[in-house]
Amino acid sequence: MATATRAPDAIEAAALRSDRFRLEREADWKRLESIVQKMEKGRLRKVSDEDLLALPVLYRTVASSLSIARETSLDAATLAYLEGLVQRAWFVVYGPRASLGSWLRKFLGGGLSASVRGIWPDLLVAFAVMVAGTVVGWLLVESDVEWYYALVPGGLADARVPGASADTLRETIFGNQEQAGMGAFAAYLFSNNAQVSILAFALGFAFGVPSLLLLVQNLALLGAMLWLYSGAGLTLEFVGWLSVHGTTELFAILLAGGAGLHIGRSMAFPGERSILQAAAEAGRRSAQVMAGVILMLVIAAMLEGFARQLVDDTGGRLAIGGFMLLFWCAYFFAFGRGRGSEVAA
Amino acid sequence: MSAYAPTRLRRSDRDRVLVTPEGIALPFTLSGRGTRAGALFLDFAFISILMIATTIALLTIAGGTIDMLEGASDLSALGHALQFLFILWIAAMFLFRNAYFLYFELGPKGATPGKRITGIRIAARDGGRLTAEMVIARNLLRDIELFLPLVFISAASDGGDAGAAGVAALLWFLIFAFFPFFNRDRLRAGDIIAGTWVVEAPRHKLAAAMSVQGAEEASAVDRSPDMRFSDEELAVYGEYELQTLERVLRDNRAEAVLKVQETIAGKIGRSPAPDADEARRFLSAYYTQLRARLEAGMRMGQRKADKHG
Repeated sequence: MATATRAPDAIEAAALRSDRFRLEREADWKRLESIVQKMEKGRLRKVSDEDLLALPVLYRTVASSLSIARETSLDAATLAYLEGLVQRAWFVVYGPRASLGSWLRKFLGGGLSASVRGIWPDLLVAFAVMVAGTVVGWLLVESDVEWYYALVPGGLADARVPGASADTLRETIFGNQEQAGMGAFAAYLFSNNAQVSILAFALGFAFGVPSLLLLVQNLALLGAMLWLYSGAGLTLEFVGWLSVHGTTELFAILLAGGAGLHIGRSMAFPGERSILQAAAEAGRRSAQVMAGVILMLVIAAMLEGFARQLVDDTGGRLAIGGFMLLFWCAYFFAFGRGRGSEVAA
Repeated sequence: MSAYAPTRLRRSDRDRVLVTPEGIALPFTLSGRGTRAGALFLDFAFISILMIATTIALLTIAGGTIDMLEGASDLSALGHALQFLFILWIAAMFLFRNAYFLYFELGPKGATPGKRITGIRIAARDGGRLTAEMVIARNLLRDIELFLPLVFISAASDGGDAGAAGVAALLWFLIFAFFPFFNRDRLRAGDIIAGTWVVEAPRHKLAAAMSVQGAEEASAVDRSPDMRFSDEELAVYGEYELQTLERVLRDNRAEAVLKVQETIAGKIGRSPAPDADEARRFLSAYYTQLRARLEAGMRMGQRKADKHG
């Protein structure tokens, strides 16, 4: 189909057969270019329905023009133009499905759960490492109190030091309702925790070892504090205090560590795939998990900043923490099981 | 590679061919490392500007709030207002640091402003669709590649012992910074994890067709015997020289046209042109006839890459 914009005599006047080929098809190329240009600028509304419908056809037409031109034309400028145009059209046709909203819906409606289930062996390992880390922290401090200062950073320790009286420790757990600046504190906690879990994920790149070390280090701190509070007979109170946000936060850290480990494991044992391909597949699945982790940390920070300060008895705290744990388990391991296989990235 | 080899003048080790799902071989040029570094610096500059502007704006608002509420002598309201601004600040900083790259690379151009200015974009390595997961993965890795060692270095220089920690951070930074030098496709760590790469996104305008640029010129050429070249005269050059000549004609700079005409005329035993106009007519005629000859050869499956081939 010759859709010539130029007068037919212009096409006749062209001395070269390849220039005539080009002049005959130029209109299609220009039309595709203008559609692509509008879409690149994000002005999707300015593209008419006709143009949108024509896009795939035009893309193929221009792509075939390119392959013909490569075999018949030596006009470097035209070839460069066509290559550039087909490339841009390809990016538009195969670009990211831009709408963040639709991605989010798919993500929350099963994509996240499926990805979490997809890395279950790594989650088991990460969980075992976290338990081991807690035990190690406890045992270290029990054998030598000096370890406490090594494990717990000074700023965090505050009044929570070995030898502090039970009353002092109780004060750190209860009676903080009057504390001002809860919201700011929550926002700060989130920002901090998010960076830590991004780190746990990103370090998986080094075959997962640093991810595990980070888990051990963080959980050893927990073990040390657990030892401190249980020494004062406040085990249950401490667990309650921690569980309000801790079930969500520790779960998120578990997922982040597991995601990092997943990448490391896929790179160390790629199986039939090439190592790059294995890393890419694992990376995409883990990235979904990580987006979920960030979301969980937002929730954890809000629980920590508000709920923990407002609910001041151990029973209520345990109820909140227990409910959150149950909720996450159900969401990740039971939700959307049936369609799990199709949404798994 | 050979199927489309002579379409461009210069070949480099950065050229890659990607086969689309329709089976079309699309040539891509991987972005140079320097270009990427430049894009990154630009993006950092933009992020810094955004951060500083936001901080200043929020501080101004905070100052205004203090002035406004001073008279009201309501301290708790002031506290809440300031706290809200602080939360806003933390959220903004977090977003600038982490969401800047995500937002722009998920857009239709697949590039941050820095990348757009330097003319590059990201693409999926396997020729498929660029997904949100890929963009997320490649940008999370940026944290350990760049921000982490930077934080380390600044923390180490704050505290007394800059020695060991500083060296470790520097080493770490260098490993990731030079990652693209140690693989063929110039991938940084984030690209490996995400399955993406960074390619050039060239913009070409459709230039005019060569053989209709001045129809009367062309018809004059046809009639004049001076401007007809024999097969032997045309046989001295190949596709490479043809495309070089095309560039000279499109640029149309008088001294270049004269010089090239002199060279070609000398080679085929014709006299050099007296002025630039004449030289241009000569070159234009030679170009058209050489291209007709070479393209006729192409259709018969005979190609001549350059004057040696």
